[in-house]
Amino acid sequence: MRGNQNSLFYGVDRFSVLLYVILVVLGWLNIYAATYNEEHKSIFDISQKYGKQLIWIGSSGILAISILIIDASFYTVFAYVFYGIFLVLNILVVYFGREIKGSKSWFGFGGFGIQPAEFMKFAVNLALAKFLSAQKIIINQNFRLRLRDLFKNYKNTLIALLILLVPLAIIKKLQDETGLAIVFIAFLIVMYREGMSVNILLFGLLSAILFVLALVVEQKIKLFIIMGIIGVIAFLVSKRNLKSIITISVIYLVASGIILGTNFFYNKLEVHQKDRIDILLQKKVDPKGKGYNVNQSKIAIGSGGFSGKGYLQGTQTKYEFVPEQETDFIFCTVGEEWGFLGSAFVILLHLTLILRLIFLAERQRSDFSRIYGYGVASVLFFHLAVNIGMTIGLMPVIGIPLPFFSYGGSSLWSFTILLFIFLRLDANRLLILR
Amino acid sequence: MPKYNHLINRKLIIGGFFCLIALIYLGRLFYLQVIDDQYIHEAQANAFRYLTEYPVRGYIYDRNGKLLVMNDISYDLMIIPKETKGCDTMALCEILEIDKEEYLKRYKKACVHPNSPRKQSFFEKQLDRQTYAKLQEKMYRFKGFFVQKRTVRKYPRPIAAHLLGYVGEVSSEKAEKDSYYKEGDYIGISGIERSYEEELRGKKGTQIAITDVHNKTVGRYMNGKYDTLAIPGKPLYCSIDMDLQEYGEKLMHGKKGAVVAIEPSTGEILCLVSSPGYDPNELVGGKERTKCFARLYSDTVGLPLFNRALTAMYPPGSTFKLIDALIGQDEGVITRSTVYPCARGYPPMGGKPKCHPHGAEDLIGSIAVSCNSYYSYVFKDITSQKKFKKYTDGFEHWRNVVKTFGPGTRLGTDLPYDKPGNVPSVQYYDKVFGKNRWFANTIVSLGIGQAELLLVPLQMANVIAIIANKGFYYTPHCIKGVSDSKQLDKKFKEKHLVGVQKEECYKNVIDGMQKCFEPGGTGFASKIPGIIACGKTGTAENPHGKSHAVFQAFAPREQPKIAIACLVENAGWGGVWAAPVVSLMIEKYLTGKITRPDLEKRIMAADLINGKNLLSTEFH
Repeated sequence: MRGNQNSLFYGVDRFSVLLYVILVVLGWLNIYAATYNEEHKSIFDISQKYGKQLIWIGSSGILAISILIIDASFYTVFAYVFYGIFLVLNILVVYFGREIKGSKSWFGFGGFGIQPAEFMKFAVNLALAKFLSAQKIIINQNFRLRLRDLFKNYKNTLIALLILLVPLAIIKKLQDETGLAIVFIAFLIVMYREGMSVNILLFGLLSAILFVLALVVEQKIKLFIIMGIIGVIAFLVSKRNLKSIITISVIYLVASGIILGTNFFYNKLEVHQKDRIDILLQKKVDPKGKGYNVNQSKIAIGSGGFSGKGYLQGTQTKYEFVPEQETDFIFCTVGEEWGFLGSAFVILLHLTLILRLIFLAERQRSDFSRIYGYGVASVLFFHLAVNIGMTIGLMPVIGIPLPFFSYGGSSLWSFTILLFIFLRLDANRLLILR
Repeated sequence: MPKYNHLINRKLIIGGFFCLIALIYLGRLFYLQVIDDQYIHEAQANAFRYLTEYPVRGYIYDRNGKLLVMNDISYDLMIIPKETKGCDTMALCEILEIDKEEYLKRYKKACVHPNSPRKQSFFEKQLDRQTYAKLQEKMYRFKGFFVQKRTVRKYPRPIAAHLLGYVGEVSSEKAEKDSYYKEGDYIGISGIERSYEEELRGKKGTQIAITDVHNKTVGRYMNGKYDTLAIPGKPLYCSIDMDLQEYGEKLMHGKKGAVVAIEPSTGEILCLVSSPGYDPNELVGGKERTKCFARLYSDTVGLPLFNRALTAMYPPGSTFKLIDALIGQDEGVITRSTVYPCARGYPPMGGKPKCHPHGAEDLIGSIAVSCNSYYSYVFKDITSQKKFKKYTDGFEHWRNVVKTFGPGTRLGTDLPYDKPGNVPSVQYYDKVFGKNRWFANTIVSLGIGQAELLLVPLQMANVIAIIANKGFYYTPHCIKGVSDSKQLDKKFKEKHLVGVQKEECYKNVIDGMQKCFEPGGTGFASKIPGIIACGKTGTAENPHGKSHAVFQAFAPREQPKIAIACLVENAGWGGVWAAPVVSLMIEKYLTGKITRPDLEKRIMAADLINGKNLLSTEFH
């Protein structure tokens, strides 16, 4: 046993904390570069965003320490309470909040604003961990269970999904914050780890692929023919019995249904969402209008070259060619000023933290801690993948921050809470016997 | 946790999936940032504005330091199509006096290759002052437009258009080949402007400005570290005497032809007149230029754009007899006292070529009266010498010596487009008459400067300079030097020796040329009071019409200062039209004044192009 057992930091994973500190500081330096103002050169100038971010970082530090001070059992015991409180807050914000850029998701306090949706992440994570760890039976591990178990598993699955989908629906429908809502999909990874059938994920993945194909390919008949060929091949390599015929036929019918339903679903989307999908799939080329963000973002990142233009030398970000460059498009500053080396470094830093969290989660004795740990890793990964994917043109534009980098108090606080609760749980792992 | 053992592998799948996505992203980033360089250019196009600073083109001075060519400021209206949103198009069209269709046509032109909607290109070139003033007032309403200052040429005196050449827009091919030029840049197109383009143009400067997303200039890239200043063009000191050039153009007014004067001791061209000419100010640019160019181009009678002094090849006529006289003496076939008969023509060929009535002359007299049969004999005797085994050897020998005087090769002057002239070859005559089927008498008219023999006026002047120098010349050039240090290409300092070097030969010829201005000589009417000049008339037969009048002279006899050749197209006998021009120009150059105002008046007033030929004598 190292260190003093009574110390605040006893058992806290120092490597994760170190990664956290590096990421936050790098983020702050990049916000300084992105919003650099000749008239306010001091990075501590609180009239500027970089000065404000420093306040957010400081308060996050206090938040982190507070979380570490509180006993770990507090989070497990009050998991549902947190969930309930934030669910209510997310509804209240629609009626009592401040409207910013068309979405009603902000509580305003003077010059600062707080988005309760950001905090829904850790609340959902706690609730999900609490619920799943309380179940004796693995959820939906296999379709071929006995009828009674199957029913029971589906009920569990349903409840787990509801824990995600209720806040998702509220934030999407009432607050109109697609980016903040869509994050909850990340928890499917946790459920997969906890035994959810891989078929559900595969089904999701397949649906996504078919959806894209149906949008890209003009003549749908081609898709049906190709799928038919794949089906025949699948039958030939299978056991060639009646069961495989039925399975393949069902899959074929479902896939056909998705393809035929694509247009219906696509037309349900809002215009700007359709545009973003069209631009990603290059069905629409409009670098000046609807594709402006992504195009400018790619220019900024692409012009960075191998080693970048140097700190504060980025012309694209400094002169505001990239919109939202200190929040959702902060990665452009990294790409332009630090080049491939810097971009790779930031991605690898995030990946290291995520893999570290998985490693920590796997060493937990408590189901609750493990599930929660996976939740943190999944949410961080989801943010990383969608945010950076968007800046390099691999994902549609969705307003979702880059963890620890993007300017903004709510998201930094949210990630800090998410992470440090887990580090608190992890520090306690040896004390929990279960 | 034995309960979950079968799920433990899922951590690997999840971790592996995370790593896979990260790897894909790294690959994508590597492609965007390292492999694909398109974004670097796009980023520069986004944020950088390359502002060209055009240098001032070098001034051109005459040999006495008087200003020949200077610069004037001109304003071009530029457009950046991408930024014209919110431009008051109607008002702009009104000021420029164009309609909407024309506006759209120009707008489109500015958008397509090699222009680009993001880049600036010309909308209207060389605005006149009024338009510029009106525009300047309302410029704030014309988003995406700006006025760019440039310099254009200005000529204090409307002379020497052919020699100076003109400046115009660079051709697309040239702009593509030479990275210095961009579409719309100016370049010297002819004359001195072309041959000394690199010295005159200077060097363009570039400022790299950084603009923000609103296209507002926010500063200099790297604080101007990569900016370059425009370097002004170097001044050029021309060898032309401005006054002589102007006087020559006045004398040649209304006549087609050319006058070229050379300073024999240096090879410097003193004047180079091609008539009819034009006012170089007219071809400076703008709307006027197009109109004027079309007018000059369509004048198929006068061909004012055609530089006769360098590119029109004429038979030299009798002036060529001087070269025959030199070669004949050098070869020993004639001496000062050699006399040949003349029976109003060349006796062996039954009086052809014809001659005018005069007595039998010796060498001196034959030059003074320009006897055709004398030089038919001389040509025959040179080419048919016994020392040559075959006639063609003799002819070839004659041809080679003639060529050392300049005809048949380009002189290599510093003006573009000069023609070589022509001295027919053995092969040529073999083709015309058949091998071994031609002899001296067959081609005897070559000896008197007719037939296939062709020279450009510059070569004619150079021949006279050679005689004045008694056997050598410097390649004629029109530049004394570049920039204040007066640097000159060393090829113009190289002495060229011709095929006849005996001083005695030259002395005899010069004696004859001097007698030309004396009573009985062909140029007596043009004798210059107080100056001993040496000249030779010529009448170049022209298969297309009336003969061309030629006169060549140098003066003064001792230490010649000027060698000059004049050719007047379709003017008949050389003594009548060409000799007075030469004589007046020599007097003007050497004394600065004219003592024969009547002669001057008569020559200046004559308009031979439109048929007001007061005096005319047809003579061969």
